[in-house]
Amino acid sequence: TAHAAWNEQAFGAKSLDAAFEVLGAGKPAVSDDVVLNTPDIAENGAVVPVGVVSKLPGTEYVAIMIEKNPYMLAASFTIPEGTQAEVQTRVKMGQTSDVYALVKADGKFYMAKKEVKVTLGGCGG
Amino acid sequence: MSLHSGFARAQQAAAALYDMPAFGNVSLLHMTDCHAQLLPIHFREPSVNLGIGNMSGKVPHLVGEHLLKHFGIRPGSIEAHAFTYLDFVEAAKTYGKVGGFAHLATLVKQLKASRPGALLLDGGDTWQGSATALWTKAQDMVDACKLLGVDVMTLHWESTYGAERVKEIEEKDFAGRIDIVAQNVKTTDFEDPVFKPYVIRNINGVPVAIVGQAFPYTPIANPRWMTPDWSFGIQEQGMQEAVDAARAEGAQVVVVLSHNGMDVDLKLASRVTGIDAIFGGHTHDGMPAPTVVDNAGGKTLVTNAGSSGKFLGVMDFDVRDGKVADFRYRLLPVFANLLPADPDMAAFIDKVRAPFLEKLGEPLAVTEGLLYRRGNFNGSWDQLIVDALIAEKDAELAFSPGFRWGTSLLPGDTITMEHLLDQTAITYPWTTLTEMSGEMIKTILEDVADNLFNPDPYYQQGGDMVRVGGLQYTCDPAAPMGRRIDDMMLKGKRIEPGKTYKVAGWAPVAEEARDSGPAVWDVVASHLRAQKVVTQQALNLPELKGVGGNPGLVL
Amino acid sequence: MASPMRIRAAAKDGVTEVRVLMSHVMETGQRKDSSGEVIPAHFITELTARHNDKLVLSAEFGPSVSTNPYLAFKFKGGEKGDKVTVSWVDNKGDSRTDEAQIA
Ligand SMILES: [Mn+2]
Ligand SMILES: [Mn+2]
Repeated sequence: TAHAAWNEQAFGAKSLDAAFEVLGAGKPAVSDDVVLNTPDIAENGAVVPVGVVSKLPGTEYVAIMIEKNPYMLAASFTIPEGTQAEVQTRVKMGQTSDVYALVKADGKFYMAKKEVKVTLGGCGG
Repeated sequence: MSLHSGFARAQQAAAALYDMPAFGNVSLLHMTDCHAQLLPIHFREPSVNLGIGNMSGKVPHLVGEHLLKHFGIRPGSIEAHAFTYLDFVEAAKTYGKVGGFAHLATLVKQLKASRPGALLLDGGDTWQGSATALWTKAQDMVDACKLLGVDVMTLHWESTYGAERVKEIEEKDFAGRIDIVAQNVKTTDFEDPVFKPYVIRNINGVPVAIVGQAFPYTPIANPRWMTPDWSFGIQEQGMQEAVDAARAEGAQVVVVLSHNGMDVDLKLASRVTGIDAIFGGHTHDGMPAPTVVDNAGGKTLVTNAGSSGKFLGVMDFDVRDGKVADFRYRLLPVFANLLPADPDMAAFIDKVRAPFLEKLGEPLAVTEGLLYRRGNFNGSWDQLIVDALIAEKDAELAFSPGFRWGTSLLPGDTITMEHLLDQTAITYPWTTLTEMSGEMIKTILEDVADNLFNPDPYYQQGGDMVRVGGLQYTCDPAAPMGRRIDDMMLKGKRIEPGKTYKVAGWAPVAEEARDSGPAVWDVVASHLRAQKVVTQQALNLPELKGVGGNPGLVL
Repeated sequence: MASPMRIRAAAKDGVTEVRVLMSHVMETGQRKDSSGEVIPAHFITELTARHNDKLVLSAEFGPSVSTNPYLAFKFKGGEKGDKVTVSWVDNKGDSRTDEAQIA
């Protein structure tokens, strides 16, 4: 079935390092050419927009990880020739956490991270 | 200072106060955060407005004499009274009430007469904050703004009337008259714009773009279920795109009408290019002069125009060769005794209030002390509310939201139902009584403290600290998230993480808490009716750490 | 049978932007129902998008993706009227394919 291709090991990873290892990413370098677009504070922890743009030539793979989620790897994308390295989705976040974008370009891995705050809310000016 | 000589001085000051020679060829008038106050009121500025990290000691985090010194305002002057809490009670008696739409209308007319083509911008928090606004579903304010001549507005508390009501006002009442602008409000499905991102108006031959920025954290600070299909956020990239699009369309002046709060505006101004000025609100900082912010494209002026109808910002631009060459700015205080009431507006206000006068005027109690709200940690109005909640709900402690709106009452004033509603008139007024663990109490305090004191302004929401009754604690504002709050004590005993406590509150944002209990004004009103006299009492304030010498604090 | 996806595809300056809203519970397998029973995991695992017959994106999702998943991406080329097809498969073997024309 199509399901057989789904990377069960990566999606089951319980830590960032474990996920990096399964994906063969080792210790990816932080790169300014990987841009992670998220809100600073989540309006709704159940629906947090996350966008990744890679300016690295030869970007072939993009993954989104939420460090403090029980299932840390949220989504991964394979980018064929002709498709831009620019994807956007929405994820669940149970608590304030760093969000990671992992990018593979020309066979090497890079990353960016950003904190997204999940708050109780209810005050205001 | 005798009352008499003070008033004579005030009369003299009036001439100087409103004598602002016209300048340049493009003028923008800015009001914000009037919180539906149609009549003149008192409003005490804060004595605690802490700036943390690199915001420490910087505008707007200056109070009292520190603020006067920074802006070169003479102590004891009418401006000193307008911009600070100093000698509040005495000065309020001398100079009288501030704001009121009839007096504001006179000032707007004067300025529009001396500045042909000037636009009036409304930064939002206009439709909420009074009994009549709540009871008419904002209709009184909507009609008052049309009569006042508002040209463009953006939103915050407006959204708490629900998305449908906001759209109805935009499409029916405001059609052809007032534009609602907000580049950062999009639909939650395909991110389509909900409002125009900006409008371009021609002022004396100069195309001027007004870009809107609604309060970014509306669905967090207020109930998300009221605008379930709208998303907000700061949307810095969207702001840059809107500014660039407006320039490409020919705008020679680009300003942002913002409800971000001043710290957020200052950061935004340093990162987005092409904005001539940001007219800000939400944090209720009445700042006499703009802050000039450098960015990669040049300079951006950042202003904030206070609250409660107390001020009107006046920006005059001299636009030459397609760009702003020079400017003059003043934030004019609106003193009701120094500006005659506009008869049309006065008649309108009388008419909309008429059906409600009896209910509004019900006397509840007399206050012995000054009642006010604004300040980072507590105000005497909030103390009254949490005391009432504890007593009426039989709770061990109480929380009240750190709202920055709410009018002040002088010692000896009678508290009427209207005054109580000035503090509480919201569309989700339900009271709550919750069994809460000590751990949860700590989590709440830490969460709110981080919204106020996060060193990165983009993570701030611009309210004040949640007010607590019955609970003592220490607060270290500069500490990291999770380590600011300590030594939580209840009646001399340490709060235990695993123990549960009966906590009263109001204004729940969760949809499950709809209709959770009677409205807060009913709870507080019965308390006041029984008390008859509200005695002056010490505020329950946390013990602060690490902020000695901070010019945003006078205790 | 899952509800249809909502797909928007628009070409501008030689680039087509595709935006998709899927209809799916995306149940994590971590939640309990009112009787305390664990609600079994049920989520989209794989997704592909084609422009006419050419593969333009493939993706794998985990249970952290939100209910009714959203996806946006861009590919070079695409003319008005061309077909964009999106297909997904979930962990229970359900699947769905929908298409839209580039506007
Ligand atoms: Mn306000
Ligand atoms: Mn506000």
